[in-house]
Amino acid sequence: MKADKVLDAKGLACPMPIVKTKKAISEMESGQVLEIHATDKGAKNDFLAWAKSGGHELLSDTEEDHVLKFWIKKG
Amino acid sequence: MTDKKKTTIILFSGDYDKAMAAFIIANGAAAYDHEVTIFSTFWGLNAFRKDEHVPVKKGFLEKMFAKMMPRGADSMGLSNMNFAGMGPKMIKHVMKKHNAMPLPDLVEMAQEQGVKLVACTMTMDLLGLQKEELIDGLEYAGVAAYLADAEEGNVNLFI
Repeated sequence: MKADKVLDAKGLACPMPIVKTKKAISEMESGQVLEIHATDKGAKNDFLAWAKSGGHELLSDTEEDHVLKFWIKKG
Repeated sequence: MTDKKKTTIILFSGDYDKAMAAFIIANGAAAYDHEVTIFSTFWGLNAFRKDEHVPVKKGFLEKMFAKMMPRGADSMGLSNMNFAGMGPKMIKHVMKKHNAMPLPDLVEMAQEQGVKLVACTMTMDLLGLQKEELIDGLEYAGVAAYLADAEEGNVNLFI
């Protein structure tokens, strides 16, 4: 999936992935897609909830070699 | 501005682990675009102490308090398994291994994210803590100011 920006949050523990994501997305335009790489096991539920609350859309997510990838479209 | 959600946290505890929970929630809430307030009272004020000795005029009891209480976030003990100071050393080691942020960094990040840190002035008087001994960027207030934030709050915690 095509992303406008990639955020590497691998190895970061709660609450850093969400703090960095928020920072990254606030610098983007509405409709742009942010790709996030994370290793925190709670990340999927965190990003789902966070995206919903902020009016963003979690387009897709994958897991490969313990790396979780997320694509969030800014609302 | 006013349609932002609010999170308000009372930090009463002076334990490292409890303060860590408070600051993780505060930073998370800030990432949720909430207006966040941490109102620190009693032992929680120690999280806002500077780690160096600040020469200020104090009475005998106040000096005793100042000596016995932890000087700053990094010196605080654990609520469980403190083992006379060995506990915090162990937990900090484990935190490093798991890449969790130490408490002083969480406090700094909260300030960067615009979390409002408020020190309770009444308990500052009780514990003999003065503004000069606390970190920069704090607000000073009492119960009424806290309630003004909390009554519009969506999340309200006492830790």
